[in-house]
Amino acid sequence: MTATFGTIAPETISIEIGGKAIALRTQDPSFQRVIENRYAGFVKTSAAPHLEFDIDLCEPSESSADDALEVRMEAGDWVLQWGDLRANWNPDTGQGHIRQSFSPYSIDCVLRIAHGLILARQGGFLVHAASAIRNGKAFLFSGISGAGKTTISRLAPPDATLLTDEISYVRRDGNRYIACGTPFAGELARVGENCAAPLSALFLLEKGLQNRIEPIHPTEAIQRLLRNILFFADDPELVKLLFQSACEFASLVPIHRLVFVPDQRVWDIIR
Amino acid sequence: MAEKYIARSKAIAARMLGGEMMVMSAVDSTFFTLNEVASTIWRAADGRTPLSEIVAGKVCQEFDVDPEQAQRGADRFVNELSQHGILLVSEQPLVDSVPSAERP
Repeated sequence: MTATFGTIAPETISIEIGGKAIALRTQDPSFQRVIENRYAGFVKTSAAPHLEFDIDLCEPSESSADDALEVRMEAGDWVLQWGDLRANWNPDTGQGHIRQSFSPYSIDCVLRIAHGLILARQGGFLVHAASAIRNGKAFLFSGISGAGKTTISRLAPPDATLLTDEISYVRRDGNRYIACGTPFAGELARVGENCAAPLSALFLLEKGLQNRIEPIHPTEAIQRLLRNILFFADDPELVKLLFQSACEFASLVPIHRLVFVPDQRVWDIIR
Repeated sequence: MAEKYIARSKAIAARMLGGEMMVMSAVDSTFFTLNEVASTIWRAADGRTPLSEIVAGKVCQEFDVDPEQAQRGADRFVNELSQHGILLVSEQPLVDSVPSAERP
């Protein structure tokens, strides 16, 4: 029998969102457990990763959440900096590195941005929106903070499957779009279900005195959609891609204004 | 008064929808929706045709508008979009190739 000492094999956790896995390797078993718990339902053991990150943990610095987030392309690598978090990855080789303190929120940040950049090249996007599946159809509920994403999620009936109450994953699939569950939770503090369905409509949320669905002018719909799409990279070419994606989306998916009273009856008109 | 030549910037994304042109700056993500008159000027902004000629030959031909009023409106529109880098303005023809009006 051979005993080995001194080297601990890094543990790899694959987190799959929207059918795309990102592998995270850490030497720290306790941080591994934090990640596994944080992304429960999205951890896959067999998924071939789209990107692979080695994680080095460091002592937290005096940085704060108010630090500016910076995402840029540098010598072929995407570089992300936010407080004591620094990540870089090469989109061609799929290899990357994360240096961060012991916080799952840093991983959240890397995952959101990495997925946003991957999706942007494929006609999709991450958007500030709650989403749910009902009767096999997915619905997006988009709006700025306070518009009602968490409220409408909380009011969802038992036959609705909640994909997220905060950040929705939208990918292009031929002439349709698919909404996928994400682990990115908002005030509801509940990870979404890891499932997907074809998108049936996007509702732009507005709280009001009665429940009604209103038409919205296409250019206003696109402008409001663009405001809610997550995008951080200072890259004009990607901005152009997202603009085109928003236009394509609006040509294929009905977009309405949903004025709603915060009670369960609003779901009577969402089918 | 010096002649004014206008050209669409390459750092924009644009698309026509329902008679209106949507234009977004790829630099600062500023978003504009152009009405039919402004869209006509936008499409004609090839860097070679003077603005006065665009107003006289396109705007005044296609829309029922007073020529002086049209010129003033065109000047304001060009000034606003140029401040966001969406339109390039010069007193000389802009010889670089101008991107397509809709799909840069």
